[in-house]
Amino acid sequence: MKMVMAIIRPERLNDVLEALFKAEVRGLTISRVQGHGGGTERVETYRGTTVKMGLYDKVKIEIGVSEDFVEPTIQAILAAARTGDVGDGKIFVLPVERVVRIRSGEENEAAVTPLRQG
Amino acid sequence: MKKYWTLSLLPLTGVALAAGAPDTGDTAWMLVSTALVLLMTPALAFFYGGLVRQKNVLNTMMMSFGALGFVTLAWALAGYSIAYGGGNPLVGDLSLALMRNIDLSGSMPALLDVAFQGTFAVIAAALISGSLVGRMRFPAWLLFITLWTLCDYAVLAHWVWGPEGSALLKDLGAIDFAGGTVVHVNAAVAGLVGVLVLGPRKDFGRLAFLPHNIPFVLLGAGLLWFGWFGFNGGSAYGANASAGLAFTNTLLAPAATMAAWMLLELWRYRRATAVGAATAAVVGLVAVTPAAGSVGPLGAIWLGAIAAFPSFFFILARPRLGLDDSLDVFGAHGLGGIAGALLTGVFASEAWGGVPGLLEGHAQQVWIQIVAVTAAVLLSATMSFVLLKLVGLLVPLRAADREEAVGLDAVLHGEEAYPTTEGAILVLDGERRGGAA
Repeated sequence: MKMVMAIIRPERLNDVLEALFKAEVRGLTISRVQGHGGGTERVETYRGTTVKMGLYDKVKIEIGVSEDFVEPTIQAILAAARTGDVGDGKIFVLPVERVVRIRSGEENEAAVTPLRQG
Repeated sequence: MKKYWTLSLLPLTGVALAAGAPDTGDTAWMLVSTALVLLMTPALAFFYGGLVRQKNVLNTMMMSFGALGFVTLAWALAGYSIAYGGGNPLVGDLSLALMRNIDLSGSMPALLDVAFQGTFAVIAAALISGSLVGRMRFPAWLLFITLWTLCDYAVLAHWVWGPEGSALLKDLGAIDFAGGTVVHVNAAVAGLVGVLVLGPRKDFGRLAFLPHNIPFVLLGAGLLWFGWFGFNGGSAYGANASAGLAFTNTLLAPAATMAAWMLLELWRYRRATAVGAATAAVVGLVAVTPAAGSVGPLGAIWLGAIAAFPSFFFILARPRLGLDDSLDVFGAHGLGGIAGALLTGVFASEAWGGVPGLLEGHAQQVWIQIVAVTAAVLLSATMSFVLLKLVGLLVPLRAADREEAVGLDAVLHGEEAYPTTEGAILVLDGERRGGAA
């Protein structure tokens, strides 16, 4: 099991979600975050006060997946989130020690495998 | 009916103070009305601003505020003369350009008419923005509305309200009390043409665009209604009986439209929505605009209720037509304006001080109204298309896809509506300004 954590542009979120659903990656969590990578700063002016916005709005996606799904997940995010400009974000893959599905108490692989519906 | 003050035609030089004492009551009402109509443009900014996404709200509101600056000047310096100068039935002359030959004489100061009419020109241009939000570059917008005010709005105003005997549609007998065709049909058709020239937003039909602040929408609609009492009531040109009728109809017709709209929503969705109610109020206000001083109060209620239907069903169907008239300017102002203009021909009442309409046995009036609306649509469609193409040759019309994705507030204006302070680093010009902080 792995935790795939991606930081992406907010405006690419819809495309990324679409790509993940197509790749049958279902269980995910997103949060709106701010951060700074290698991108150049954006300058804004408020009544003569000029500021460099050092932090950019980003979206963080966290997806717990079984080993088989790590690569499809990464490929889906790459394809949908890339614009080619600085600031497209990062994907981190982290080891996961233990997963428990709260409803059933199932653990690990069983807990990150989506239920067959219908 | 709008009256042209013949006194302002006299070639007076310098400021001639009050040849004949002004009527204080009339003057007071026109001063108030001018301020009320001016308020409608910031109100529209809130109405539209609430309907768009958070990343485009400032750009959307600035499209209205930009009109306050550029259109006001274009109007005062030349537009007013094109509309109200003598000339021929198609276009006014430049006898009043730069506010020459306009003084403070008359039963109310002639110069005040430049301001009063100017507020109409501003809101007309601002209305167009609702069709084009989220994709147009700001300099192109400013250039377009300035030219549009001079070449389209002022010309149509001349046709409808120009001096007796040299106004194409007025001389035909068309009724447009406060600007249903001049302001609303005109702006809506320009917006529609703009959608066809600029194309849809890049994610149109793929993403759902949700309003980011519905309380803003209600605030804007409420303030529009408030200002509209000056728009319609002021078009009586005095504190008189006609103003009283127009004022009351401005309360009754939108109320009927809202009631009809909410019932339609309850019937169709079992829920009456806030955005729907705000839209209905605007549709009703648009519809009663040409009729305000020419129909009786019951006629206004019927007119308002009937006008809900075309707009309601068009707005329902619009996304499926593949038409990115983003904030439904055509559905609300175009169809509301056309319905209002035609129904004016039906409900116009001699008993209430207008000319008789269809219900009083003068079917001809409906036909005249149809001709007037058709003329307005053709002028606006042609002019708006030519002007947008012209502006497109001079400056880029559309924001790039990347800019559209990030949001026009940050890209075109260098501001955010709701900025977070985290990560904002103060830039001091060279740090040598005597050590600020």
